[in-house]
Amino acid sequence: MTTLFQQLINGLSLGSIYALLALGYTMVYGIIKLINFAHGDIYMLGAFWGYYTINFWHFNFIFALLSAMVVCAAAGVIIEYFAYRPLRHAPRITALITAIGVSYFLENGMSYLYGADTRNFPQVIKQVNYNLWGVRVSNIQILILGTACLLMILLQLIIKKTKMGRAMRAVSVDPDAAELVGININRTISFTFALGSSMAGAAGVLIGLYYNSIDPLMGMTPGIKAFVAAVVGGIGSIPGASLGGFLIGILETAVQSVGLSAYKDAAVYLVLIIILLVLPAGIFGKNVKEKV
Amino acid sequence: MTLKANLKYNICWLILMVAGFYLMNTLILAGVIDSFLENMVVTIGINIMLAVGLNLIIGFAGQFSLGHAGFMAVGAYATAIIISKTPTAGALYLSIIVGVIIAIIAALIVGIPTLRLRGDYLAIATMGAAEIIRIIINNMKITNGPSGMFNIPQFATWPVVYIMVCVTTIIIVNFIHSRGGRAALAVREDEIAAESMGINIFKWKLAAFVLGAATAAVAGSMQASYLQTIAPNNFNIMESIAILIIVVLGGVGSITGSFVAAIILGVVDTALQNFGALRMVIYAVVLILIMIFKPSGIMGSTELSFKRLFNRKNKKVGAKS
Repeated sequence: MTTLFQQLINGLSLGSIYALLALGYTMVYGIIKLINFAHGDIYMLGAFWGYYTINFWHFNFIFALLSAMVVCAAAGVIIEYFAYRPLRHAPRITALITAIGVSYFLENGMSYLYGADTRNFPQVIKQVNYNLWGVRVSNIQILILGTACLLMILLQLIIKKTKMGRAMRAVSVDPDAAELVGININRTISFTFALGSSMAGAAGVLIGLYYNSIDPLMGMTPGIKAFVAAVVGGIGSIPGASLGGFLIGILETAVQSVGLSAYKDAAVYLVLIIILLVLPAGIFGKNVKEKV
Repeated sequence: MTLKANLKYNICWLILMVAGFYLMNTLILAGVIDSFLENMVVTIGINIMLAVGLNLIIGFAGQFSLGHAGFMAVGAYATAIIISKTPTAGALYLSIIVGVIIAIIAALIVGIPTLRLRGDYLAIATMGAAEIIRIIINNMKITNGPSGMFNIPQFATWPVVYIMVCVTTIIIVNFIHSRGGRAALAVREDEIAAESMGINIFKWKLAAFVLGAATAAVAGSMQASYLQTIAPNNFNIMESIAILIIVVLGGVGSITGSFVAAIILGVVDTALQNFGALRMVIYAVVLILIMIFKPSGIMGSTELSFKRLFNRKNKKVGAKS
């Protein structure tokens, strides 16, 4: 029973990172139907920003997290402006290849500028382990889970309660109709990228703190897994992305804990395929009926 | 009737293929193409096979697959295992057939459930399936696990690769021009309309998917035997994406485009070798710029066709006289 709870805690902390990343994928996909392959690399940018500001400018954790979110939001908006906006009306597969190009650019640009070696993330918060009824929980795990939940609630509030959030939902349902009622589509899409990228930046700083090591290619695998999480939850759905992220995180730690760590990625993809076969639009996705 | 009507064009293609072969041969004998450039040419050939197969699935059947590297891995490992055990040229051809058969079975297992999905969901499901294939190979004993296989005998020299490129392309182009290919095109344009015309959409989607997977296995066999070393990581998602880039850059739905893009990317890749770490940065920028300024790819959906060339010439002659 204790091991079960222990794995659950580990899974939840890893899952909250995936969930934060998956939110960015799902929002961007919901609004312009683009699989933003560069999203994982924004997360890498966030981790590197945290590394530099903490090491050289001696930022504290909160300030590093917030500044990483701002910087990543700016990076997301710039990428959208230069790479995706010219392709707004191009075939979707073209935009996808551009996203892959941006991802290559960020990964290799960072390797070129700062070297491809792995670095140790500074331990800005001293790790303290608590023992709760036999389950070992570290303060960093609590911090990750807390920050992730806080950000998700904040995001939900922005999308449901603010004017910009209403505009985002309108554009994702029907861009043409949204434009007719006076919504500035370009600004709304930029805002979506800013929101999603800031989540990724926060996830980058948190993962640095958790795993203690960062490198320029760190965004590739978590990026793809977060996209899988978004698809499992039903792409385009905000609660779906959070749920999918936690599910993938828990599944991964569960497979690892029964001694099949070599197959943990295979298990994730197998569950993805099974869920898609049973629920073709994911758990919370709306199944759109095709009409003739 | 059709055989006779197309005889002229088919002969033209045959002459082009033979001429290409002799051009390569003379250039190698004359020493213009050294072993470094030969490596580039063979890599281009393998990429052409992969891209043409993927273009059949994405461009002609309209099914967005991101799992091409998985089927390539099947062919590569079949060849590597068989010809490491029995190093003869005959074993290479046997291993190609074995690889193709296993890839067809794998494609059926993957395709039958997943081809009901659409668009990006299909892409992510096929990507997952390819990753599962890779992880299984990664954990098997016979494939030597994550470290991969090396010292594979080199039977796939450039003439073998050249002939395989021609054979796979002829098979795929013939499929596209057959009844099945037209059915696949109809499925791409509109599934509901195709179904209402009595086309079994699932059957033709699956046929295109399986044929594409089989050619990927051939390409994998060639790569294993030519490069002599393979590792599971050569067949990860990034490899599938690299093939997708060739297809989209050349033009989705244009076999000629896949050829052109594979050649351009191969040459650019070799030319950028000297740039070291900047190589991939330049590559990424070039990719983004081409996509922004030519969103439909280099060739769009047009094909090089001798029929059209002849017809244009005839028209000009007719206009003069």
